[in-house]
Amino acid sequence: MQENANRAPESVERLLDSTLESVDSAEELAVGMAERAGVDEDDLMKIGMAVRESMVNAVVHGNRYSAHKKVRLSVAANGERFIVQIADAGEGFDFASIPDPLAEENLLRTSGRGIFLIRSFMDDFQMRHLESGGTEVTLVKNLVSK
Amino acid sequence: MSVKLTTRQVGDVTVVDVAGRITLGEGSSALRDAVRDMVSKNQKKILLNLGDVSYIDSSGIGELVSGFTTVTNGGGNLKLLNLNKRVKDLLQITKLYTVFEVHEDEAAAIRSFA
Repeated sequence: MQENANRAPESVERLLDSTLESVDSAEELAVGMAERAGVDEDDLMKIGMAVRESMVNAVVHGNRYSAHKKVRLSVAANGERFIVQIADAGEGFDFASIPDPLAEENLLRTSGRGIFLIRSFMDDFQMRHLESGGTEVTLVKNLVSK
Repeated sequence: MSVKLTTRQVGDVTVVDVAGRITLGEGSSALRDAVRDMVSKNQKKILLNLGDVSYIDSSGIGELVSGFTTVTNGGGNLKLLNLNKRVKDLLQITKLYTVFEVHEDEAAAIRSFA
């Protein structure tokens, strides 16, 4: 919870290359905007991690590091909500196929925790298939005035 | 800065001081390579000191798990030392905190391998 009534709305959109450098850039951009929106340190960490995990999914699993595919990033803070959208240009995947990383049989898997962590850190998380075939995720952190 | 790994021997326990970011790419690869190297040298008592880890993502957690299973399957033990709040919270959220043996004191951690 943080004071934000007097902070100006801000939004930005970027088309990023499918590289690990873009993951860093996206995290830095989102955390910077969240900080200006008055988000506290604990939530800044959560937003940073959620954006990082989402970008990794887009770059690695969606676009498979393709130099021909971009990741669309949009970040907006409007006083009430902090919203991040990340879209890849991949082939999409079955959302129901994501294994539960907390299930006993999955605990010692070396991957598969990204989406779980995003859901844990954000107040809302949605995924949708794009008509073009890729996947778009929307991450929301509520900004509540005291 | 990515990750910096410094290995030292305390008796028959190999202590790896990890500093920096364990994230997808350089960081997680370096940790993976270090554990594999220790296993190839038949080092069976490994203590990862994570006190100076500033950031870890799900890939980094995956490498901790991978290292744990690799060492355990080889008849060894891999334990964790000095978790900061971020790493501890992540391991708790992912239910891995009870999988690993975690210590806050190096001397006690070393003794636990006996």
